[in-house]
Amino acid sequence: VIQTQPEALRPSAALRAGVLAFLAVWLVVAAFPLVWILLMSFKLPLDALAANPLHVVFGPATRAARGGASAADLAIGLVAIAIAIRAMRLLVPRLARVVSGDETAPLGRSAAMLIVIAIGLALAIVALPVLSRLVNTAASAIPGLRWLAEPVLGLTLEHYRAVWVTHGFHRNFVNSLIVTAGVVTVSLSVGTLAAYALSRSASRLAFWILIVALIFRALPHSVLVAGYLPPFLESHALLMPLWQTPVVGDVLRLVAAEPPTLYGQPLAIILVLVSINQPFTIWMLRSFFDTVPTELDEAARVDGCGHFGAFRRVIVPVMWPGVITTGLFSFLLAYNDYLVCALLLDAQSQTMVPAITQFFNRETTSTDQIEAIAAAVSITAPLFVLVMVFQRQIVAGLTAGAVKG
Amino acid sequence: MKRGTFLLFVGPSLAMMLIFIAIPLASVFVQSFYVTQPVYRQVETERCTPGFPNPICTKEVRSAPEIGADGRPVRRAVFVGLDTYRTLIEPEKLAAALAGAGLGSLLKIDFYKALRFTLTFTLITLPFVIGLGLAIALAVDSIVQALRGPVIFVSLLPFIITPVIGALSIRWLFVGDGILTRALEALLERDIAMFAQGWTIELLMLFYRVWHVAPFAFVIFYAGLQTVNQDAVDAAIVDGASRLQRLRYVVLPHLAPLIVFVALIHLMDAYRVFDEVIGFSSEAHVISLQWLTFHFLVPEGSAERSISRASASALLTMVGIVVILVPLLRRNWREHRRRWGRA
Repeated sequence: VIQTQPEALRPSAALRAGVLAFLAVWLVVAAFPLVWILLMSFKLPLDALAANPLHVVFGPATRAARGGASAADLAIGLVAIAIAIRAMRLLVPRLARVVSGDETAPLGRSAAMLIVIAIGLALAIVALPVLSRLVNTAASAIPGLRWLAEPVLGLTLEHYRAVWVTHGFHRNFVNSLIVTAGVVTVSLSVGTLAAYALSRSASRLAFWILIVALIFRALPHSVLVAGYLPPFLESHALLMPLWQTPVVGDVLRLVAAEPPTLYGQPLAIILVLVSINQPFTIWMLRSFFDTVPTELDEAARVDGCGHFGAFRRVIVPVMWPGVITTGLFSFLLAYNDYLVCALLLDAQSQTMVPAITQFFNRETTSTDQIEAIAAAVSITAPLFVLVMVFQRQIVAGLTAGAVKG
Repeated sequence: MKRGTFLLFVGPSLAMMLIFIAIPLASVFVQSFYVTQPVYRQVETERCTPGFPNPICTKEVRSAPEIGADGRPVRRAVFVGLDTYRTLIEPEKLAAALAGAGLGSLLKIDFYKALRFTLTFTLITLPFVIGLGLAIALAVDSIVQALRGPVIFVSLLPFIITPVIGALSIRWLFVGDGILTRALEALLERDIAMFAQGWTIELLMLFYRVWHVAPFAFVIFYAGLQTVNQDAVDAAIVDGASRLQRLRYVVLPHLAPLIVFVALIHLMDAYRVFDEVIGFSSEAHVISLQWLTFHFLVPEGSAERSISRASASALLTMVGIVVILVPLLRRNWREHRRRWGRA
């Protein structure tokens, strides 16, 4: 072993142990609340709210009442996880090469990971229950192996079923999907154009636009919503004159016979969230654009491209990583928003995060509480996948604005 | 880039910010001086009860809401000047409190209650976020490469999670029969109700915010640690500097601009604290400035949205934002000068 540092300068064993212990404590603190709600969401209230933590993990009451996973199921699960990890190791680099032509490109890796995870999840959902039933029936038929089919881990999906099917959480999911997809696309297309121009301009105007954007970024969202609410509630009456003017009105009537009431419209929320997010978007994108040398667009312009041509053909292709990263943060803003959606959407058009209040405000029975927990886990699951796939881009995005300064 | 092309590129973005940020901001400013209320009219009615020899009649003047053509009460915006601000701030009580009546009575008023919490919340979380973020960054920087990826992954989870959900997940650990409350009860051998009094809820809210933001500080500081000048570290080693001295005199000065950056972003975000109040359902004990505005905007029972009060409290909230922004703006001004010369 080659030692790069002399013995005396390497950290002492005590220091290293201390560092590891500190990190271990932090990791437990960071993950514990999330792991715990995941465990609780699969248990009957009697287990989920038990005083003994082992009951929450193994769920004896749930096992007695609803059954659960047998030793064979657990073995199948472990094998499936091992196969999944192996598949990730093997498939992701190859797929990344197919997708982006370069297996080390972080973006190609993310795309490949997304594909592998999607296929893996679909396979698991179809194949695992069938496999589990086959193995369990086979094991219970053989006298000596019957213990393999006995449930050991109490599990129930009834809270998820209650949330998604009975309480119609799928509608909120669709609303969230519409809002986030809209916010990400509009935000990026408007933002990249502006950020590119701001990054390439030395004018006073560009500077002041950025400063005003910085002030806008600091505004509490409730301030803006206080401004939106009255016109949104009255938009039908407010927009009527526009619909009645001769030429403009004829065009508008083709789109909608009556002026819309913007309150409760997911499409209006998209515009609102895009605008609120715009200051952050242009700041982040600009810091990415600043890393692209101006010689690149000058070269493109010498070759006969206009500003827009240079932007589209030369700059955007090298900017993909920055655009994706900014898109991730736009997604998070729209997905995590409570305040704006709670105030400007009604019960029918509500997104997932504000809709969860109907579960925890109602927490009158312990079943209600576990249902709220199941809803919370449902909201968190996509974010978990997001961190798994886009960890590098998230880190790059966080540091983009900070490290140069 | 020519001005025309420049405007073409930034046009859509500017238009959206103008319509959905600048104009609402201006309208909030105007709204805060007006109150929209139903128009009342004096109606004279004469009521008669049978009597002898003449019916007994009483004339009565009542005020009744004026009903418009659409069958709904007519509403009109009335200019009230600073009245709405006055009902929020209650200057007489403020003067009395300053004159020596004590802060206790002042903190019963919603606005001061919210202000007190927002300020203490912002200032108390700041050192913890910086300290914990720095500690994690230094620790991760000293472990083997193979472990760093997984550690960063787990550390990012509290940061990426929906704030309301993150607050809820901690609340469920401590609520009545939550696992950690049970553990604390067993440890201290007494009954504990974390949600029965303000200060315990506040403690949980502080803990949640540090848990949520420390990963952000960690990632920034960790990135900064990768660019520490190795020559300077080596020189310090040659000079016989201890590990602590190297941290104090080489690493921390290198990270100083990043610490300032994280502090400013944190101040800006923590001042807007809101999701915690929803997640911990703390409104009976602890409220924040942004929650106050939110609260005025929610119709409750028969009470309508009080847009006017919401606007006034929103503008009062912004005073604090301006104070926080000044250093950030100065920093950008200097950077602009450095980059483009005296443009």
